Amino acid sequence: MTENEAVVKPPPSDIGILGWLRKNLFNTWYNSLLTIVTIFFLWKSIPPFIKWAFFDAAWFSPPKVCRQIDGACWSVITKNIRFILFGFYPYEQQWRPLIAMLILFALLYYSKERSHWNKRLFYYWLVGLAVMGILMKGGIFGLPSVESTKWGGLPLTLLLSVFGLTAAYPLGVILALGRRSKMPAIKTLCVLYIELIRGVPLISLLFMGSIIFPLFLPEGITISKILRAQVAIILFTAAYIAEVVRGGLQAIPKGQYEAAASLGLNYYLTMRLIILPQALRIVIPPTVSVLISAFKDTSLVVIIALYDVLKTTQTVLSDPQWMGFSREAYIFLAILYFLGCFSMSQFSRKLEKELDTGR
Amino acid sequence: MFCGVPLGAPHVFIKIFGEVIAVSESISEKIASFWLDEKKRSIVFQLLVICIVGLFAWYLISNTVQNLHRQHIATGFGFLKKPASFEIGESLIPYSSSDTYAKALLVGALNTVKVSFVGIIITVILGTFIGIARLSSNWLISRLAAIYIEVMQDIPVLLQLFFWYAIFYETLPGPRQAICPVDGVYICNRGFIFPIPKYHPAYGYAFLAFIVACVAVYILRKWAKRRQDLTGKTFPVFRVSLALILGLPLIVWFAYGAPIVMDIPRIQGFNFVGGTSFTPEFMALLLGLVLYTAAFVAEIVRAGIQSVSKGQWEAALAMGLTHSQVLRLVVLPQALRVIVPPLTSQMLNLTKNSSLAVAIGYPDFVSVANTTINQTGQSIEGIALIMLVYLIFSLSTSAFMNWYNKKVKLVER
Repeated sequence: MTENEAVVKPPPSDIGILGWLRKNLFNTWYNSLLTIVTIFFLWKSIPPFIKWAFFDAAWFSPPKVCRQIDGACWSVITKNIRFILFGFYPYEQQWRPLIAMLILFALLYYSKERSHWNKRLFYYWLVGLAVMGILMKGGIFGLPSVESTKWGGLPLTLLLSVFGLTAAYPLGVILALGRRSKMPAIKTLCVLYIELIRGVPLISLLFMGSIIFPLFLPEGITISKILRAQVAIILFTAAYIAEVVRGGLQAIPKGQYEAAASLGLNYYLTMRLIILPQALRIVIPPTVSVLISAFKDTSLVVIIALYDVLKTTQTVLSDPQWMGFSREAYIFLAILYFLGCFSMSQFSRKLEKELDTGR
Repeated sequence: MFCGVPLGAPHVFIKIFGEVIAVSESISEKIASFWLDEKKRSIVFQLLVICIVGLFAWYLISNTVQNLHRQHIATGFGFLKKPASFEIGESLIPYSSSDTYAKALLVGALNTVKVSFVGIIITVILGTFIGIARLSSNWLISRLAAIYIEVMQDIPVLLQLFFWYAIFYETLPGPRQAICPVDGVYICNRGFIFPIPKYHPAYGYAFLAFIVACVAVYILRKWAKRRQDLTGKTFPVFRVSLALILGLPLIVWFAYGAPIVMDIPRIQGFNFVGGTSFTPEFMALLLGLVLYTAAFVAEIVRAGIQSVSKGQWEAALAMGLTHSQVLRLVVLPQALRVIVPPLTSQMLNLTKNSSLAVAIGYPDFVSVANTTINQTGQSIEGIALIMLVYLIFSLSTSAFMNWYNKKVKLVER
């Protein structure tokens, strides 16, 4: 090897940590300036926040102690956690909603894998939902009965979103098919429904559920407030799912319909065997984002005074003992919602990748 | 002859039999062909569905009428003319509790428009910045923008509203200890107080000049386009327009002696006098809506910018266009085609989400309508009004959307 052929190493400023810093933070003069300004602001805001949230914080002390310290008072959560999570559910029976929630989480975790998506999973869900219902309601197997007016907290939030989506999904698919139908009357009805619902805020439907639904029913029949809110959420979510599914239907090439017709399949079989399996698979990621917003939107039931997890927290905050600790309580709730939505959106991203390579 | 009869009889029988069979076959064929005819089948199906929907609606309506009759609730919109007899915290038009429900609802609708209008403008600006920051080559900025987008999208907007409202009410000091970031601007638990210019006739004339400038720019653009089509000569339309729009009002303002007297708020007793203020409710609603929706807008802007491929830049630069021409003539029109439709739907979402004001006590349309329902018991009319108002907002938005889509649609051969 002669002198000329010696391998020239890249300059140390281009590789390693230094190189990375140069390339990503200080590549131009204005980027350098931006980096320095940002680091300055982060330095000014993050350490005080950490000091407030962790070092100066009170975790389990009574409210009197809390008022004397500078840091966060997390004991507003820890001291009231059972009320926040379960609301007015009888205190000694609260293991029941807890187990129901654990079953739900287990089912959701199990359903995450696409290899588990088959008929068996459907039966698992059916059994799981039945067991959850029995646990919540009671009245058989020696479990004391608990009226739905006492349901509250996190189980209520989960109940509203899980049942909301499971019922809204088939309704949404039917509406989407109706909107694509060649029959003018069906099409008009579906378009009217979808556009009407999508044009108004959820809160107006919830008001309708709580105020007008009772008027719709014949004398003597009443349905519980939770069910009314549930119906409103289902009607609302279905319209959004219908639009998502319509996008999937439009993406199916015409050849698929023609091929199905030339095989002699009728409308029902064409849809069930050819079109819907493909269309619904394409729209899984946007469906998950509808699921995420449905989950977030369940918090609106606060406005019609249902005790979901947001309302139970506010009830704690209206107690004179705990007044003034809203920041801590709301940050806790934000973390709770964030964990739920973030895991769903991560799941959606994973799925998107898998479906991408499969096609 | 005789033998013909026994021979003929079976023949006749067969014939009759044959006809019977033929008749029954033609009936079943007719039924079958009726069901095989797609058009007829669809008519029957549609009639059936309409009947079911109609019956269901009739059932609900008759129940409702009976229930209303039993509860002695009169229907109709007559209540709108009665005095509202409740106060509204903030209003764009003069309002007192002796005014009618109709006027109260109008105040509410104007408040909705106010918060949506201000919110949309700030959201679009903030969202665009965050979207661009997300694409920045600066790792730190890009990461921070990504964290912002993810966190804000995953927290319910109602929770954010409560949080900001609590910040205003619990954490911020009273007027005497108000935070004062810039002289004359105060933030405290009474809201956000800031100075406004004192009224002077010069502002009216400056505004007039602004309108004149806008008309002039419009004419100038038409003329420049025609000239370019005819002769190929370009005209620096953008710079001249900018100069006109900024310059003309400024000249008028200077001609009147450039009045800059400001109405600066100051503390008197326990409250502020002078200047103008946004209430804590308005500020909490605005902050919550803007910070939440900006995260979605940022994603839309990022996707829009990324949708224009690098090749477009390179091709346009290779043709000899300048940097700003590439941006204006090649990149932006393509990016906007991707950005504008979801952007309008986010604007609409912000408007619809402003109805959550009812939870923190900002008197928007839903909040006023809710009070009206509680006072009069006219729930059906009240909710119908809420739905109608929001439908008008969304239908006009989608009308705009259709017009825009038609305008920017790719013209393909």
